[in-house]
Amino acid sequence: MEFFDKIIELIVAAPGIIFTELSTRPVFWLLSMMMLVSGFLVVTLKNIFHSAIYLILCLFSVAGLFILLQAEFLAAAQVLIYVGAVAILMIFAIMLSTNVSGNKRMTTQNGLPVSIISAVFALGTISFIIMTKLNVVIKNPEGVITKGLWIGSKGELPLDNIMLIGKYIMTEYMLPFEVVSVLLLASMIGAIALARKERS
Amino acid sequence: MIAIGITVALTELLGSFGLSGGLLSVITYTILAAGTFGLLSVLALFLVWWERKVAGHMQQRFGPMRNGWHGWYQTLMDGLKLLQKEDILVATRDKVVFFWAPVMCCIAAFAAYIVIPFGDGLIVADLNIGVLYIMAITTFTVIALLMAGWGSNNKYALLGGMRSAAQVVSYEVPMVASILVVVLYAGSLSTVDIVNSQSGNFLNWNIFRLPFGPIAFITFLIAAVAEANRTPFDLAEAEQELVAGFNIEYSGMKFAMFFLAEFINLFTVSAITVILFLGGWHGFAFIPTFVWFFMKTFAIVFLLIMVRWTYPRMRVDQLMEFAWKVLVPITFLNIIVAAIFKHFGWYWEL
Repeated sequence: MEFFDKIIELIVAAPGIIFTELSTRPVFWLLSMMMLVSGFLVVTLKNIFHSAIYLILCLFSVAGLFILLQAEFLAAAQVLIYVGAVAILMIFAIMLSTNVSGNKRMTTQNGLPVSIISAVFALGTISFIIMTKLNVVIKNPEGVITKGLWIGSKGELPLDNIMLIGKYIMTEYMLPFEVVSVLLLASMIGAIALARKERS
Repeated sequence: MIAIGITVALTELLGSFGLSGGLLSVITYTILAAGTFGLLSVLALFLVWWERKVAGHMQQRFGPMRNGWHGWYQTLMDGLKLLQKEDILVATRDKVVFFWAPVMCCIAAFAAYIVIPFGDGLIVADLNIGVLYIMAITTFTVIALLMAGWGSNNKYALLGGMRSAAQVVSYEVPMVASILVVVLYAGSLSTVDIVNSQSGNFLNWNIFRLPFGPIAFITFLIAAVAEANRTPFDLAEAEQELVAGFNIEYSGMKFAMFFLAEFINLFTVSAITVILFLGGWHGFAFIPTFVWFFMKTFAIVFLLIMVRWTYPRMRVDQLMEFAWKVLVPITFLNIIVAAIFKHFGWYWEL
C-alpha cells in the first residue's frame, strides 16, 4: 500500500515540485485537464474527424506542459511535427477515405481484455519509472531540498537549452541522431516506393 | 521567456498600483494582447483598402472611390455591412467544426505577434524559440482551413481545404530551410537576437550576405506567399475552379474573420521577412525604430500585393513540382553554402 500512497502523494505534489512559481499551477491543472479530456474524447467520439481535432487539442496541451517545464524547443517541435505534419496528414487521410462522415467507426476489434492488458502495462511502466527515480534529491533555487520526479528538474534550466540540445545532438548523441535520420529516410523512400508501385 | 522593453515598463507601472504575483502578469499580458489586437485590426482594415487600390490601379481602374478621399473608409463600411448580414448556416454542416474554424484561423493569425518586435523593446515576449514558435503556431491556420472545408459539407470547400493543407505542408520545408540560413548567422532562434545580429551598417542585413543571403530571401518570400495562400499560390480559394474554396459556405462575421486572418497573415509574413532579412527595426538613428520597422514591412507588403496582381495562378501539379523539385534542393544547397561561408569566416561584420 505504501507504493500507492507514494504515487498519490507524488501526483498531488507534482505541480508544486516542478513549478516553484505559484502562478503556473492553475495553468498546469488547466492544461492537464484539457489534455485528459481531449484524449478521452479522441478514443470515445463516434465521428473520426472530431477525434482528429481533439487529438490536435491533446497534443497542443502536451506542448503547453513542455513550456511549463521550460522545454520550449520540445514544445515547438511537438506542435510543428505532431500538429503541423502528423495530424494534418491524418485529417488528409480521413478526408480521402470513403466513409468520411460515417457514424460507424472502424476499429480493429481488439475488445476489452487487450485494452486492459495494454493499459495496465503502460501504467506499470510509467509507475516503475517514477518509483525508480523517486529518491532523487532536488535543490530549489531557494535551497529547499525536496524529493523529485527525475534528475533533470533541478530548479531553473539554463535559458539557452536549445543550444545545449544542438550541442548534445552533434556530440554525445550523434549516433542515435544519425540512426533516427536514416530510419526516417528509409521509411520515406519506402512510402514513395509503395505509392509508385500501385500506379504502374 | 525573457520579458523586455514594453512588457517590463508595463509590469512596473502596474506594480506601482500595488499589484503583484500571478495577477500582475495576467493583467499585463491581457493589456498587451488587447493593444496588439487593436493595432492589427486597424492594420488589416488599411491593408484591405490598400490592396484594393493597388489592384485597381494595376488594372487601369480606380478601386474604391466613394467613401471618403479615395475611399479611405471603404473597408470600415464593408465591415459594418458584414456585421449586419444574416449568418447563413448550412443545414448539413458539422456544427462544432463549422463554428470553430474561423475562430481558430483568427487565433493562429494573432498568436504569432507574441514574438514579433515592432521596434526596439516593442515586443510582448522574447521567447528563445522565437522563429520556431511562429512556424509552429501558423500551422494552426491549415487546421482551421481543413476544419472549414470539412465542416461546410461542401465539395468545393473540402477541395479547397485539402489543397491548402497539401500546399502548406510542402512549402513549410523550403521556408524552414531558408530560415535556417539566418539562424546559422544569428546563432539564436529569438527574433530579438536575430534583429540585433543585423545591427550597425545596413550591409549587415542578412539579405546582403552574398551569395546565400539573397537566395534565402527569395526562397523565403516565395514560400511565405504560398503559406499566406496568395496568388500565384491561392489554390485553396481558386475562384474559377472552386467558386470560393474553403470559405464558400461562410457569410457575415464568420466570413469577415477569415478575411481578417488572411490580411493579418499577409502582414505577418512581411514582418517576419523584415525581421529575418532586412534588419528588423534597425535604420538611421534619428527616425524611431518602430517607424523603420513599419516602413520596411509595408514595402514588403506592397511587393506581395504587386506579385498577387501580376502573376497568374499555378496548377496543382506545378505547385508541388516547384516546391519539391526546385525550392527544396535550392534551399538545402543554400544551407550548405552558408555553413561553409560561416565556417571559414567569409562574411563581414561592419
